[in-house]
Amino acid sequence: MGAAPAMILEVKNLKIEFPTRHGTLVAVDGISFSIAPGEVLGVVGESGAGKSLTGTAVIGLLEPPGRIAAGEILLEGERIDNLPHEALRRVRGRRIGAIFQDPLTSLNPLYTVGEQLVETIRTHLNVGAAEARHRALALLREVGIQAPEARIDHYPHQFSGGMRQRVVIALALCAEPRLIIADEPTTALDVSIQAQIIQLLKKLAREHGTAVMLITHDMGVIAETADRVAVLYAGRIAEIGPVREVIRAARHPYTAGLMGSIPKIRVASARMHAPLVQIDGAMPRLNAIPTGCAFHPRCGKSFERCRTERPEPRPVGSNLTACWLYDERTAAPA
Amino acid sequence: MTNAPLLRLEDVGRAFDVSRPWLNRVLEGASRQLLHAVDGVTFEVRKGETFALVGESGCGKSTIARLIVGLYAPSRGRIEFDGVEISDPQAKSATAKIRRRMQMIFQDPYASLNPRWRVRDIVAEPIRVHKERARRVGGLAADGTQIAVRVAELLRQVGLAPEDGEKYPHEFSGGQRQRISIARALSGSPEFLVCDEPTSALDVSVQAQILNLMSELQSRLGLTYLFISHNLAVVSHVADRIGVMYLGRLVEIADAEELFARPRHPYTRMLLDAVPDLEMSGRQRTPVAGEVPNPLSPPAGCAFHPRCPHANDRCRSERPNLIWHGETASACHAVEENRI
Amino acid sequence: MNFRRIWNSDLAYSFRRSPVAITAAVLTVICVGGALLAPWLAPQNPFDAASLDLDKAFAPPAWVAEGATEYPLGTDDQGRDILSTILYGARISLGVGVAAVLFALVLGVTLGLLSGYLGGRLDAVIMRIADVQLSFPAILIALLVDGVARVALPANSHDEIAIPVLIFAIGISGWVQYARTVRGSTLVEKNKEYVQAARVIGRPPFAIMLRHVLPNVMGPVLVIATIHIATAIITEATLSFLGVGVPPTKPSLGTLIRIGNEFLLSGEWWITVFPGVALVLLVLAVNLLGDWLRDALNPRLR
Repeated sequence: MGAAPAMILEVKNLKIEFPTRHGTLVAVDGISFSIAPGEVLGVVGESGAGKSLTGTAVIGLLEPPGRIAAGEILLEGERIDNLPHEALRRVRGRRIGAIFQDPLTSLNPLYTVGEQLVETIRTHLNVGAAEARHRALALLREVGIQAPEARIDHYPHQFSGGMRQRVVIALALCAEPRLIIADEPTTALDVSIQAQIIQLLKKLAREHGTAVMLITHDMGVIAETADRVAVLYAGRIAEIGPVREVIRAARHPYTAGLMGSIPKIRVASARMHAPLVQIDGAMPRLNAIPTGCAFHPRCGKSFERCRTERPEPRPVGSNLTACWLYDERTAAPA
Repeated sequence: MTNAPLLRLEDVGRAFDVSRPWLNRVLEGASRQLLHAVDGVTFEVRKGETFALVGESGCGKSTIARLIVGLYAPSRGRIEFDGVEISDPQAKSATAKIRRRMQMIFQDPYASLNPRWRVRDIVAEPIRVHKERARRVGGLAADGTQIAVRVAELLRQVGLAPEDGEKYPHEFSGGQRQRISIARALSGSPEFLVCDEPTSALDVSVQAQILNLMSELQSRLGLTYLFISHNLAVVSHVADRIGVMYLGRLVEIADAEELFARPRHPYTRMLLDAVPDLEMSGRQRTPVAGEVPNPLSPPAGCAFHPRCPHANDRCRSERPNLIWHGETASACHAVEENRI
Repeated sequence: MNFRRIWNSDLAYSFRRSPVAITAAVLTVICVGGALLAPWLAPQNPFDAASLDLDKAFAPPAWVAEGATEYPLGTDDQGRDILSTILYGARISLGVGVAAVLFALVLGVTLGLLSGYLGGRLDAVIMRIADVQLSFPAILIALLVDGVARVALPANSHDEIAIPVLIFAIGISGWVQYARTVRGSTLVEKNKEYVQAARVIGRPPFAIMLRHVLPNVMGPVLVIATIHIATAIITEATLSFLGVGVPPTKPSLGTLIRIGNEFLLSGEWWITVFPGVALVLLVLAVNLLGDWLRDALNPRLR
């Protein structure tokens, strides 16, 4: 990996728990990753893997009874997971921006788009009303809304789904944050609009030097947008590395199975109707996570050690992979 | 594959009245507003094949599914199943008999099973309903043991255990619930299944399991599928023939291989371009223009012209018809004029 | 009935941890038990005119100077033992209350289900009737129905049909809340895919309403019914207090309060106070139980 520029986000051994009357459920169990300026890190996993919870914890919006049981979250070198409410709120608005899945509920339907942008800008930056409006117009132009002067005074319901998501992105950017958490930003959009929004996110990350944590279940979006990707399974990181390496040369059996099960368009008819690679079974429920490696019951390559000892992510080629298969051999790439 | 059409739609249309209440209209001087969710669709599904209807949200594919199974009645046009018309709202009992040969699988695994019923009752419902009708016309009475045996067999066929019949839906995951839905759809021994986005709500690894299961069941039981989806990659794996829809109209019909190798209609090309590049081939993507227009006021002429790089004056005024070239059809003036 | 499963369920767990719920439940059990077992618990049958002793009229409660232990809470103007009349009266109050609620529930749920599922004109008509009825206080409606019945039905059958008429009156004044709630839930369930699946299978609308939709909309109805029992008892008490409720030969708690009211200022306070306290305890217990039930079911409804 080499000497990296100062990381914007560093998550170290994060553990998120939910105490219930049946016992404590561990939803995220010791994950670590970091994001550099201008980098897009994809956090991918199926439902129940813990990716949304991780995003929520970083923003500081984890609802009780869920709590961060262990680990550290550092934003530009300072810890933010142990800040008191008020301080965290200030950090959240100013230095972390958020984009959620449903643009309809992310915007207040009672205020115009301009009012919401200006209010956010003035809350976090010390500027006058006229300057704030000027910045809002510039942001709307930047996210690709044509003729922003006409649209700035429209209400959210007057925008289509894709346009609304662009407004949400503008809103996330207006305080000039260092980190953006995007949780399934394109899932509710049509596929042709998805492509547009993906391109926009990438461009903005590059131009502003913002770090982006892109949470999604859609590998296709990751392939097009992310620089690096972390694959989550049952609250743990299975594999993390450059997106090309993880997708084309997955080391972890789960990642390989996942990539195999995604339908891809192939023009040669012989392969068209071949059965998809199938991982039997399902992700374990939080109250029934297997000992050792959480994936071992479903893994075709598991052996004794997988059942008893939990593997930690270790370097295998250019990726970090949590799998005992790569400990038995010398560190040769697959 | 015997190629007699099992299902045939002819110029089928369905409009929904979304006008404001009468009083508001009078006070505001507004007129009636009709939403043409399906606007003149014609296609066939042949016995034994999988025909896919593909398109983005609002294109009318789900409405067509519901028109076929009888949840809505068409505003115009004709639907025929095995040669018999089933779109006539007056002939209810005759069509009911034919309709038993088709079933439907729904998108949302969490809303498609009654949360208060046990799985065995959910799966047995079609058998019970059909036997009840058979009994009334002098057939056999519904026998409890026979039903239980059949339910157990169906659960095994979809990859669940017979003991799962005693449980309630909330005890199962999304993928397992879809399996239960499939078991229910198969229990009446239908020939034709309408599948409305059956895997869109599932995780990708579960989707693979369900798609493989559906494919296996099709070859074992000789089923015909109408598969509806917005995901072209999924469709490329299951479909023999594909129909592409835009704003209530069919813009292209082709064999799957042909569609992906040589897409004709500009919208089809745009959709294919928008599919994310998992092969990481670094393919260049032409930027996609605009968004789906408001279905209440579709553009004049060809519905796609505002977003089409090849639109000319004819496209803006004259609606293109679906024209066949061999096994492929497309509704595009530019294709017809050989401009592209 | 798998008792272990019920004991371990979320609902039972919530109950066990709530002192309010347990107290309310205990209180309700005492009241209901006392009412049901009145013939065995009561020292005297106050409706049996022969057993009354006018000499013992206006006897004060046992702990006051002239009181006697055989009449622990005193006697009223006709020599009836107050404790016995409370037990028998609670029986009437509870009986009328529960019956009225059952009537309102069946009527309201049926109309709400039909209204929500079939829609169209039927829905419009039912909901307009409901709206109109809601603009009248329930008591007035009950009074109206009761008054009409008195005029319309033959005079000498008054006493026999008074209670059924009362149940009808209180029931008809309370069906709207069930109908509205069930209609709202039905509208939601109607659009869910399991209902569409049933239609595709070919089930007729009434079968779908009864077997598919009804089990899924009954949840909130239970909560409404529990709280409604308390309201119904109060309504019956009010009507009896006003003299238009149960016949005087079968006094309920409300009747007792009315009778005792006349003697309140002349010093025989026990005739009205004890029935009053009993009524308050009964209604409070049922109300608290209903409140707990609503909160306990809420997170799961969400």
